[in-house]
Order: sequence, then C-alpha cells, then structure tokens
Amino acid sequence: MSEAALHAERSAASVRLERALVALGIVALIAAPFVIYPIFVMKMLCFALFACAFNLLLGYTGLLSFGHAAFFGGAAYFCAYAVKAWGLPPEAGILLGTVGAAGMGLVMGFLAIRRQGIYFSMITLALAQMFYFFCVQAPFTEGEDGIQGVPRGHLFGVVDLNVTMNMYFFVLAVFLIGVFAIWRIVNSPFGMILRSIRENENRAISLGYSVGRYKLAAFVMSAALAGLAGATKAIVFQFATLTDVTWQMSGEVILMTLLGGIGTMVGPVVGAGLVVGLENTLATSGFPVTIATGLIFMVCVLIFRRGIVGEVYARWLGRAGE
Amino acid sequence: MTMIFGIPIQALLGQLLVGLINGSFYAMLSLGLAVIFGLLRIINFAHGALYMLGAFIGYLLLVHLGIGYWPALVLVPLIVGLFGMLVERLALSHLYRLDPLYGLLFTFGLALVIEGVFRYYYGVSGNPYAVPALLAGGTNLGFMFLPNYRGWVVVASLIVCIGTWLLIEKTRLGSYLRAATENPELVQAFGVNVPLLLTLTYGLGAALAGLAGILAAPVYQVSPLMGSDLIIVVFAVVVVGGMGSILGAIVTGYMLGLAEGLTKVFYPEASNLVVFVIMAIVLLLRPAGLFGRDA
Repeated sequence: MSEAALHAERSAASVRLERALVALGIVALIAAPFVIYPIFVMKMLCFALFACAFNLLLGYTGLLSFGHAAFFGGAAYFCAYAVKAWGLPPEAGILLGTVGAAGMGLVMGFLAIRRQGIYFSMITLALAQMFYFFCVQAPFTEGEDGIQGVPRGHLFGVVDLNVTMNMYFFVLAVFLIGVFAIWRIVNSPFGMILRSIRENENRAISLGYSVGRYKLAAFVMSAALAGLAGATKAIVFQFATLTDVTWQMSGEVILMTLLGGIGTMVGPVVGAGLVVGLENTLATSGFPVTIATGLIFMVCVLIFRRGIVGEVYARWLGRAGE
Repeated sequence: MTMIFGIPIQALLGQLLVGLINGSFYAMLSLGLAVIFGLLRIINFAHGALYMLGAFIGYLLLVHLGIGYWPALVLVPLIVGLFGMLVERLALSHLYRLDPLYGLLFTFGLALVIEGVFRYYYGVSGNPYAVPALLAGGTNLGFMFLPNYRGWVVVASLIVCIGTWLLIEKTRLGSYLRAATENPELVQAFGVNVPLLLTLTYGLGAALAGLAGILAAPVYQVSPLMGSDLIIVVFAVVVVGGMGSILGAIVTGYMLGLAEGLTKVFYPEASNLVVFVIMAIVLLLRPAGLFGRDA
C-alpha cells in the first residue's frame, strides 16, 4: 500500500474513532447529572463552551486574545441585568447577552486587528481591562457585590428552570448548539480561509482575501459564543460578578485551551473540565489556585505545547491537530 | 487662592506630581519591556511580578536582616536581575525558536506563580515601607509642597532612564545589543556570544523592574498585587509608544502618567480609563504607535 493510501486509511479510521468518541461523550453528558453534582457539570459545560469559542480564534485563526473575559463576564452582566431589572425571560436575557458580547467584540476587534501578533494580545488585554474598570464604576453592575439573586424563570414561559434537571438539559442544549456552530464554522469555506490566515497571512492577502474582514468576523463570532457561555452561566448561578471580567479569567480560558490542545475541537472541552475540576479540588485543600494555574502554564509551554488531545492525535492517530 | 480653569492651582500641581510619579514607573517598566522585546522578541508578562518582587525583597531585607533603603537600592536590582538570568537560562532560552506567543504565555504563568507565592505567605493587604530618614519630610517650593521622597523618585527614574538609554546607544555593549536586535546570526558569526547577550539583556530588564519596585516601596504599599495592577497599564503604554524605540518608551511613559494626573483633576471617574482611551485613539490614528517603526 502506498504511503498516501495508508495515510488516508488511517485518517478515515481516526474520523470513525472520533465520531464514536463524540457519541460516547454526548451519552456521558446526558447521564452525568444523575451521577455527578449537576451544578458542577453545568459549570464545566459553560466554561467548555467559553474555551471552544476562544479556540475558534486562537486555534483556527491564530489570534491570541488576552481579553475574552470581557465578553464572557460582560454578557453575564447584560443577561443578569435584563432578567432581574427588566424581568425579561431567560432565553431573551441570554440572547441579549450574546448580542451585547458580539457588539463589544466588533468594537474591540476593530481596534485590535489594526496590529498583529504580540501587539494584538496586548491591545485585547488593555481593552478588556478598560471594560473591567468600567464595570467597577458603572452603577448597573452593583460594584463589588455584583448582580445577585437573578431569577432563573421559565424557559419560553413553559419550562421551569428552577428544577435542576430542566436547567441542566437546557445548558447541555446550549453547549451542544454552540459547539456545533463552531464545528460548522471551522469546517466551512470561511473556516478554511481563517486557517489559511493562521498559516500564512501574507499569502492569504496576496490571494486577494481581505484578511482584516475575516479576522474581524472571526473575532465577533468568537466573542458572541463566549458571551453565550457567560450569559448562560449567569442564569445557572443566578449572579454576575466582577470575577468573570478580570484578566485572570482571560488567562484561565487560555489555560483551558492550551492544556486541552490548541486547534482541536475536543481539546478545549477536556481542558475546561480539567481546570474546573482542579479548581474545585484545590478550593478545599488550601493550596493556592494561582500557583497551580501558573505552574501548569509553564509546564504546558515548555514541554507540552500540543496539549492533551493534540498529543493523543499526534501519537496514536498520526496527525498533528486538524 | 490662584485658580486655573476653576481648579485651585495647588490641587492641579499636586495631581500633576502624582501623575509624574506614576509616569516615572510607567517609563521605567516600559523601558525594561522594550529592551527585552527588542532582543528576545518576548513580551515579558512577568515584568509586573518582578517589580513586585523588587519591592518585596526590599521589604524583607529591612524586616528580617535590618538592611535599609540605600543598600537595598543596589542589592534588590542585583537579586532580581540574577533571578531573571536564571529564568532566561532555564526556560526562556528554549522558547526563542517558537511563536512569540509562547514567551508571553510562559511569563504569564511565571507571573501567576510569583504573585501566588507572595499572596499565600503575605495575604493581599499592603505592608508599609518607611521613607528613608534622609528623604523624610518635604520642601515648600512656594507654589506647592513637595514631599522630598517623591522628588527623589522623579530624579532617580530620570537618571535610570537616561542611563539605560546611554548604555544602549553609546557603549560598546549597547552596540552589540543593537546589532543583535537587527541580525543575531550575523553578530554571532562575528564572534559575539549572542546567547550570553540574551541572558544579560533579560537580566538587565528584570533588574530595571526590581529597581522600580524598591523605588516604589515607600510611595505605594508593598503588596503582592502591586505588579499585576500596573503591568496592564504599562502594556497600554507600550502599545501607544511602539516598542521600536527606547526613547519612545520613556517619553510615552511620562506623558501618559501626566495625562492620568490631569484627568484626576478634571474628571476623576475616568482616571483609570484614560490611558486605555488614549491607546484606542492612537490605534485609530497611528496604528504603529507614536514612535513605532513596524506595524
């Protein structure tokens, strides 16, 4: 058998394996709340969607945003405020949060894509910090306390989200829709152009693509999906606080993606699960979370740059990412 | 009382002085970032943590060993610089061939660890560091009252900035450094030990951050969080100035500090935001930064 055919066979096998694993994963997520504390799984799902949205930008467009907390936490504020102060139903609140995050993404992205590489990261970080200071001072965020006691309400006026299982399956649906959207984006012709920008921006320009517009579109989509995750989290936990807009949160989502595997579909989900799980464990042990997070960062960058899923792909499935 | 735009002149000058002090630290830190970035192509996220480390080492030297401010002014940059060189040898030197993003991510992790360790042992509350006896008190300048130590900080930071600029622009070592920034392979071929140069450069940048830290200790409280609050503003300063020129980094640092001080007088609510707003405007009008060469 020729090498190309061998490679094709192997990758066909890996696609079958991947599909089986995804099916298994969905079954596990349906069964999870009956085994594990549902609130914990919901937290994992929200962060997993957040990390997948972030990976759309870093993994598939090659842009490292250091300010994604602004979209995650900002959407949480918008959603919590709309639901609590205006009495909007939860689905409208989440939609509003998502649209709000997309709007912020448009403004921040427009400014940030004017510079490349490392400057892009610093600009997103600075703009997100500006939003943080805004949230500290703006009256609607209720300062240090945050917006507390957000009612979960009834989904479409029918499904009572105060019932934990209803809430869980709603979050699972949001997660699956979000990840499916990302999968579609990544595998569309649009996604292919994003990858070409990641691989060689100058060549993409010379082929006639308006790289700036593609980057901005990817940035807005990533921001909107991060907002979807943040707004959903606000409904689940019934509050929105400053924690979600800090630069530490932007760092955390980078860690999830890096640990799981940059540029893989499943990696951010695995990474988010591990980081949220680790933080839960450390919270009771007294060992400071920041030290653990920092150490994992350093180890990942030095010796484990492909991440867990990327490493699995490279070793057992014979391909380097997607 | 003399008024300018309906503001008492004393209040205006007082805030301008605060702005100038902040600007001194912005200038020293963005200078270090620019020096490191110029040669290593790494954005040192740990710069704020190294600044905090400098302040804390000064504080610990005083509390545990009774070593005062003036010896600390020499010891602290040495210790932080050596620490920086160790970090460069053990870790950063393995990242040069990779995407510069990894350098940012590694130093981000390093910053979290340094900050986490100090938070774990010393909590988040600030520890006061007394102004050295020689610089206690203040001087009445006629139009305003100037605390002596603050005057010293401005002078010291100017000396540090100009000294570093001279070191890089006028000395033999500086010429190697600038040459290696342009073309490391060629400089290596001429027999200059470029890896050593890289180590020394990171050490110099770290020492600058440490020196800024010990200078800051009597002005601000010595707290584990003092660095991370500052580093993001300094990033904005660096984006405004562009990292192409050392002088640009220094000038931008002072300018933005003063702009922040002025905002505190006229519209205090926005004083936290003004540096970022200026950054956004500069990005719209001059994407490469005020002194930048490359986009």
